[in-house]
Amino acid sequence: MSTDRPDPDALLRRLNAEASPKRGRLKVFFGASPGVGKTFAMLESARAKRRDGVTVLIGWIETHGRTETAALLEGLEVLPARRVEYRGVVLEEFDLDNALARKPDLLVVDELPHTNAPGSRHTRRWQDVAEIVEAGIDVYTTLNVQHLESLNDLVNRVTGVAVRETVPDSVLDGANEIEFIDLPPEALLERLAEGKVYVPDAASRATRHFFRRGNLLALRELALRRTAEHVDADVQTYRRDHEIQPTWPVAERILVCIRPNPESDRLVRTARRSAARLRADWIVAYVESPEQPPLSAAERGDLARTVRLAEELGAETITLNGPTVSEAVLAFAQKRNVSRILVGKPVHSHWRDRLRGSLLEQIVRGSGDIEVLVIPGGSPRSPGDAPERRRPPRPGLWPFFFSLGVVALCTAVCAAMLGTFDNSNLIMVYLLGVAVVASFYGRRPSALAALLSVAAFDFFFVPPHLTFAVTDTQYVVTFAVMLLVSVLISTLAARVRAQAQAAGRREERTQTLYRMSREVATARTEGEVSAALCRHVTGAVLGPAEVFLPGPNGGLVSPSTDGPLDQNERAVARWAYEHRSRAGLGTETLPGSSALYVPLVGAHAPVGVVGVRPAEELLPLAPDQLDLVEALAHQAASGYERVHNAEAAEQARVAAESERLRNTLLSSVSHDLRTPLATITGAASTLLDPGGLDETGQLELKEAIFDEAQRLNRFVGNLLDMTRLEAGPVALEREWQSLEELVGAALARLDRVLRGHTVTVALPEDLPLVRLDGVLFEQALVNVLDNAVKYTAPGTTISITARVEAATVSVEVADAGPGLPSGTEERVFEKFFRGGTGPAGSGLGLPICRAILAAHGGTARAENRPGGGALFRLVLPLEPPPPPAREDDREQRDA
Amino acid sequence: MSSATPEPSSPPRLILVVEDEAPVLRFLRTTLGAHGYSIVEAITGQQALVDAATRAPDLILLDLGLPDIDGVEVTRRIREWSVTPIIVLSARGREKDKIEALDAGADDYLTKPFSVGELLARMRVSLRNASRIPSASSEPLFEVQGLKVDLAARRVFVDEREIHLTRTEFNLLATLVRYAGRVVTHRQLLRDVWGPGSAGKSHYVRVYMGQLRHKLEVDPARPRYLETETGVGYRLAAE
Repeated sequence: MSTDRPDPDALLRRLNAEASPKRGRLKVFFGASPGVGKTFAMLESARAKRRDGVTVLIGWIETHGRTETAALLEGLEVLPARRVEYRGVVLEEFDLDNALARKPDLLVVDELPHTNAPGSRHTRRWQDVAEIVEAGIDVYTTLNVQHLESLNDLVNRVTGVAVRETVPDSVLDGANEIEFIDLPPEALLERLAEGKVYVPDAASRATRHFFRRGNLLALRELALRRTAEHVDADVQTYRRDHEIQPTWPVAERILVCIRPNPESDRLVRTARRSAARLRADWIVAYVESPEQPPLSAAERGDLARTVRLAEELGAETITLNGPTVSEAVLAFAQKRNVSRILVGKPVHSHWRDRLRGSLLEQIVRGSGDIEVLVIPGGSPRSPGDAPERRRPPRPGLWPFFFSLGVVALCTAVCAAMLGTFDNSNLIMVYLLGVAVVASFYGRRPSALAALLSVAAFDFFFVPPHLTFAVTDTQYVVTFAVMLLVSVLISTLAARVRAQAQAAGRREERTQTLYRMSREVATARTEGEVSAALCRHVTGAVLGPAEVFLPGPNGGLVSPSTDGPLDQNERAVARWAYEHRSRAGLGTETLPGSSALYVPLVGAHAPVGVVGVRPAEELLPLAPDQLDLVEALAHQAASGYERVHNAEAAEQARVAAESERLRNTLLSSVSHDLRTPLATITGAASTLLDPGGLDETGQLELKEAIFDEAQRLNRFVGNLLDMTRLEAGPVALEREWQSLEELVGAALARLDRVLRGHTVTVALPEDLPLVRLDGVLFEQALVNVLDNAVKYTAPGTTISITARVEAATVSVEVADAGPGLPSGTEERVFEKFFRGGTGPAGSGLGLPICRAILAAHGGTARAENRPGGGALFRLVLPLEPPPPPAREDDREQRDA
Repeated sequence: MSSATPEPSSPPRLILVVEDEAPVLRFLRTTLGAHGYSIVEAITGQQALVDAATRAPDLILLDLGLPDIDGVEVTRRIREWSVTPIIVLSARGREKDKIEALDAGADDYLTKPFSVGELLARMRVSLRNASRIPSASSEPLFEVQGLKVDLAARRVFVDEREIHLTRTEFNLLATLVRYAGRVVTHRQLLRDVWGPGSAGKSHYVRVYMGQLRHKLEVDPARPRYLETETGVGYRLAAE
């Protein structure tokens, strides 16, 4: 392995840190214990900053009544506290929203590990600070070493004082600057004696115990080491930035196997310390396997907490699946090049390992090159929080009756076989019974069946019959073997069953993801993606789900106005969206919410949030369920992005198309307007000064002017019609119309144009009335006829026919011209399409014709006639005819 | 009947032309002057109302798209006190406006652009009808291009061949004859032939017009007598 290259992950992190310029800088004033003067140092620095012209806001400060500290506050602006009433007590808290709104350059917030009053946005102050830093504001804050998450248990062991308020190491690691505030223990004790150190409860024995010289020395050492680690990290950053040959080996990778118990927290903390020392990546894995029964609620809670802790400490977390825990762990370790596996020391009794095989042993055997470290399990569980026995819900007593029944049946069968078959064959029948029970109901009922079988066999079939006494001692061996085989069968069958169930659960999850991805892949609208996401998330956590997407004015909106989730929790969704992290129920942010909000983060930006209220019995959510929801959210996010991209592409295509049309329109308009105008202008100017032009010549010019003006008029009419038809749905003036009448009107309008052609009209006498817009349909006919005239030679025939077919009536206009160029039968209806040989035309007549027919629910098509020439067919749907006119059809004079 | 001059021995007819487009005005002034009409010009609706009252024109040519008052409204106001024939000028596709103007009392309409032949023909018909109004019913015989209608005897001939019509067919034809040369809207036909309360049954008109055409016309799809004004109504050829 090459060592001459900086770790790419680290480089990436560094790049990311630089790529977000808006992030504020975090400076931590770090101390070994209370009383070393962190707050004092912080305020002095802040004052210095202010002198440099930086706007400083004191977000939260605890002076603990120390006058020299209070004096430093003078002249600095202090943010008013937020007052929260909780159970009748008014608590003062740091006002996060106000601080964000004020946007100072530098915000000073004391006591990072503080726990916020219930109902605050975040449970912890360090989360407030993180949000402020994210918002681009620099922050000064203070922290004592005993509050560091990874050192928590160590501090506990050294000092005997349990610290409840901890801060994830990642916060300190992420700090841009750490200033270590050091005070030798002797000086501190002196200050303590002088009463210069604020101690919350000086009388408490624990507190007095804490401020012992030995403790202070130990804490100081821990703090110094922690600071040194940070400095070391800075040095590495410096080396990397300046491309100095690294002196450290290739990063190690540590895999930590956690189990759903409280001790795992300690394992995770230990792993964090090793990882930090080795500068290794570390992965915290929970393994699901069919060997294990489903988790109890308490176990799920433990697991969720451990996973969260691991994430806070900077680990990658993952849930593995495998036939056995050891196989899953080893396979994953190999795949990810893990150099070291950390497992907890077994806490269960020795005989269990003997029965089932020890996990530790299996891992160690299969580990090959990988180091396996066993970390001591923590303090034994106190009786109070002993978890309930994990076991699948009891199906009642029925399985036991079932095994009783099976054994009875076996006995009956054996009784029938007795005499014909040897006793050893009877044993087979019983074994079969045990196997049947095991495959249906698992271990316990099948164990019962095994015992009963032995008893029944002894009682009924081993001489002396109908007693449990045994004359032949050989049968003792038979019983023992029979029992052993039965138990073995039942164990194996039960395991197969459990594996099948686990495989079923995995399969279900895979299926869910597969179905989701398929639905997302075929979804064409946001709504379809949302629907799929809601459905699958609901299926995963058995609770209502709702999707929130960014609305037009930047806010998050739910597609449904009456969503299943509490509308007052929009702010939680908003927070999850903006910070791209989970919020609400079961998270560290606004955990009081009734629902969990997971952001849908796409490749570039968050695209929305999905909120879900999981079913009560699933709370807290197990990591695999959270993973599933996250995976679904991720798929949905890419789905939304795809839909957006498709929409953008479609818009671009439409824009390009309309651009092309506009260009064609402009060239067409300028050509088709100018051609007749040129003729008119030329002819008119000649007529103004006829010179030697004779009467016939003058008449010809006059006719040319008239015809060209008509043509111009038709063209302008077409342009107006097209505009009107394209402006949106056309309001049709539908009336019952006679096609004959409309054909007549069209022919009358084109009288002059049609002069050169022979027109034949053959309409059936019994043509029904058609409900249509007469003016528009007449125009459609005019356009088709005009087109026929344009493309055929004078003297040829144009024939108009009509016929009724099924529920349609069609009008056909056939000409005897050259026909349509092959392949253009459809294209002639495109705007501005011009037949190759025809004269200049507007290229609008036929598209208008088709648009008019379409508006009536009909069609316009063109084809070439077998005998030559083109045929245009306008097809209209027929409606039931109107009630007939009431009239006597008698001749009037007979009346 | 295609004479280009007004009836002899009468003083020049006075035409009020209401039009705001100068080129159209110029064209009408020249053309109508050449055909022996006198002209009064108005370019707004207000001015038209004043001129209609003070100059007592024989006929009004009224453009529907005026800058101040809507042409239909001008028609309505003039009709409040005057029976002077009004011919409205409008573009194709504005059939609703035309019907409105006709309902408001206009005698006929012309679709822009129109030819001088069409214009003069409409004007002749309107002027003739105006002069004939008091004795409209006293002229029982109508004749045009071989079509003869005897209103009193209720008999119809085409090229001397008698055509037998049903009662409704005859009533329909008789109504058209009364307004011969002028457009008659669907609504007016329904009201006059089928009586009030038949509004909205425009298909009656279509059916009976079809029957009438098949009985009277040589080629019903290219009628000589019964012209269709699509979207507005029908016109019986008068010349």
